[in-house]
Amino acid sequence: MALLEVRNLTKFFRGLRAVHAVSFDVEQGAIVAMIGPNGAGKTTCFNLIAGVFPADSGEISLGGERIGGLRPDQVCRAGVARTFQVVKPFPQLTVEENVIVGALNATSGVAEARREAARVLELLHLDGKSAEPASSLTLPERKRLEVARAMATRPRVLLLDEVMAGLRPTEVDEMVGVFRRINAETGLTILLIEHVMRAVMALAAQIVVLHHGEKICEGTPEQVVNDPQVLECYLGAEADL
Amino acid sequence: MHAPAQTKRAAIALLILLAVLVVLPAVANAYLLSAMVLILYFAYVGQAWNLMMGFTGQLSLGHSLYVGLGAYAAAALFVHFGVSPWIGLWAALAVSLAAGAVIGFLAFRFGIGGVYFALLTIAFAEFTRIGFDHFDWVGGSGGFFLPVKEHGVLDLASLRGPPVMFYYIALVMAVAAFVLAWRLRTSRIGYYWLAIRENEDAAQALGINTFRYKMFAILISSAMTSLAGVFFAFYYNNLFPEQIFSMGRSIEIILGPIIGGLGTLFGPVLGAFVLTLLGDGLTELTSALGIEIPGLKQVFYGIALLVVILFVPNGIWPAVARRLGFGPAKSGR
Amino acid sequence: MKPKSAVTIGAIVAGLVALYSWRLAALPGALLGNVLVTGLLTGLVYGLMALGLSVIFGVVRVVNFAHGEMMTIAMYAATLLFAALKLDPFLALFPVAVIFFAFGYALQAGLINPFIERPEHSQFMLLVAVAIIMVNVLLMGFGPDARSLQVDYALESFEIGPLVVDKVRVYAAAVAVLLAVALFAFFRITSTGRAIRACADNLLGAKVVGLDVKRYYALTFGIGSALVGAAGVLQVMLVDVTPALGPAYTLLAFVIVIVGGLGSMAGALAGGVLIGVSEALAGVAFTPSAKSMFSFALLILVLLLRPQGLLGKKAA
Repeated sequence: MALLEVRNLTKFFRGLRAVHAVSFDVEQGAIVAMIGPNGAGKTTCFNLIAGVFPADSGEISLGGERIGGLRPDQVCRAGVARTFQVVKPFPQLTVEENVIVGALNATSGVAEARREAARVLELLHLDGKSAEPASSLTLPERKRLEVARAMATRPRVLLLDEVMAGLRPTEVDEMVGVFRRINAETGLTILLIEHVMRAVMALAAQIVVLHHGEKICEGTPEQVVNDPQVLECYLGAEADL
Repeated sequence: MHAPAQTKRAAIALLILLAVLVVLPAVANAYLLSAMVLILYFAYVGQAWNLMMGFTGQLSLGHSLYVGLGAYAAAALFVHFGVSPWIGLWAALAVSLAAGAVIGFLAFRFGIGGVYFALLTIAFAEFTRIGFDHFDWVGGSGGFFLPVKEHGVLDLASLRGPPVMFYYIALVMAVAAFVLAWRLRTSRIGYYWLAIRENEDAAQALGINTFRYKMFAILISSAMTSLAGVFFAFYYNNLFPEQIFSMGRSIEIILGPIIGGLGTLFGPVLGAFVLTLLGDGLTELTSALGIEIPGLKQVFYGIALLVVILFVPNGIWPAVARRLGFGPAKSGR
Repeated sequence: MKPKSAVTIGAIVAGLVALYSWRLAALPGALLGNVLVTGLLTGLVYGLMALGLSVIFGVVRVVNFAHGEMMTIAMYAATLLFAALKLDPFLALFPVAVIFFAFGYALQAGLINPFIERPEHSQFMLLVAVAIIMVNVLLMGFGPDARSLQVDYALESFEIGPLVVDKVRVYAAAVAVLLAVALFAFFRITSTGRAIRACADNLLGAKVVGLDVKRYYALTFGIGSALVGAAGVLQVMLVDVTPALGPAYTLLAFVIVIVGGLGSMAGALAGGVLIGVSEALAGVAFTPSAKSMFSFALLILVLLLRPQGLLGKKAA
């Protein structure tokens, strides 16, 4: 049994089919990437898993427990943490306080949460900024803060929504290094939406391709890039490879 | 977090201030004492309101509702049944908690926020005001009066006594509210409140049950505010619905924290001092000049609010703290 | 109007009628008729006042917390003009509206425009501050006692069958309707009006095509102020003015626009009539001092059941 199982997930917005019968598995300890052109339904998929809105039909389960239909905070407590594509820091709080809020999810008190926050901030190279208000961070730093906050909740699965977008190639490599290290050291399972193929190819062992709300392909990076359907509808158009 | 040296300096300053306040009645005249009671009263309710708006970001413009409910509950029990205010305050708490629970539940379940939430709170306060205007058991619009005994006699059990007794009660309340706000701010609930204020979606995605924590905010705030009502009733001995439930009173409650600094612990205290002293100073000055102008103090309040919002939107405390050397050096609040 | 909103409105009106009917059943029909007509006519003036608030909110997205205070300033202005120059309020309407337009324009351009990017609650508090200053300056200037304005024809009335209706009330309501129609026409026909609507409907688009959004915001606040100015001049013929009316009218205007739908112009007029009639009925069915309790109850209901208002569009 996979850690995160998505079965026949379907969602309509005002009659418009955003996600249709999408199924995939994320194994314990895996890094899985979800790719697809803009409007393919990737973020909708994330929002469904994270509980932002309920699916019209389909099942989502984490470690065998159904999490479909739960509220976002319940999903997080169940062990799925997410980042937002458009970052949502707590601007007037310090970087440390931002992460403490996340860490309180899995700790018994503020003192322990503060230690946990320090640990995560170091992992994401934000420890030098702890006392700064989040509003003073640069965009790449905000993206890392978004990841740090989600990681501090000690999730079993981490959902990353385009955390590499807008980063310079060196910064992308750095982030890739961070996720690889975390994945290797803690076995944290990661599902990411990403347009930056450099990061996808470096990180993911398995790729799910969405197009017009449907899964059109799934497999290893080599399988996906050689799939004619993928090439036609997506990679051909954006030619990122 | 502040550096330890700053925290230490702040703590020492606080203790000195507290010591001054404790010995003040020994040297203060009646006028200063009554002004101080008012300051401490506003510091207390300001702290209560600040939990909702300053910490949790929920703008209540109807806090006079809880003052009024608390005041009438304790006063009615005292006048009609001779129940001591120390028992009556539990009824005050219960009534205000119920009101806060209803408003919070309706607003937060139906997803009413921002300006709509503010209007909802006003609507409940106004609705209740008109209701009490026609509530003859507690005097209706004609007012409700508590029997006044001779001022010199101290009767702590039924809160009848000289002004200095009320001064010390107000002091204890203000200090307790400060300590409570500080404890809440530095604990789990405080972090969650700030997160909700800053970005509710992000807060929820981090595992915070935002509905529950917003309910905690309105419940704690309304309960604290109702105790201010009990104090008000026994200090002034008269209650008029059109005064105690009025929107003007709600606005008075929120002026201190906004001018002092929303979301800070010292803001409500500092704001209460600054506003009351300057406002009363102004009325003293004009009456010394032989002019009695109703409304002048309120115009001053309005201008003070305008100036603060325009030029020091974070309130005066952050600037004062930096000047004194015990505030956060950079952090926004 | 969609069928669903019609059903909602119908249900609320039917509920109101049912609520009042057991108290009203004993009243003679002619009295009831008079009450209804009076409520309707007063409601149209309320509607004009609320229209000002609604226009400002619909375009600038700022809640004018000083709306009722501006209304009372206009009421005092009309009494002063009448006392000093014997200027009939129906004529005083025009200079007052022009001055209010200029004032509103200046208020938006000078004070509020720099605040457009600030959080909602700080704009709100800004106008609360303006409102506190206004109401207390009036108190300082005029004292707490009521002032009235009695035109020569104040006591004349039209008699239509069993109905007896004050002439001033009929004229005031007619002027309110005329002004509302003129406003609708302005927004439909003139290019300025259409530009303002563009700012309201699609702010980004309006900026992209190069509209000077802040100028249109100031114009809109001016128009909203002129409307409330005119409404105040009409209202002072129906009601005596005290400074304390300011906050009361602010709340009343909020109730009306929220019941009708914030930002919906037709909703503001309809809401005004609904509240006017409801208050008039409550005044005779229960006691006049309790009448606004029903308005607040209505507000609470609408906020909970239909936050976009009876005629408002659902937020996307």
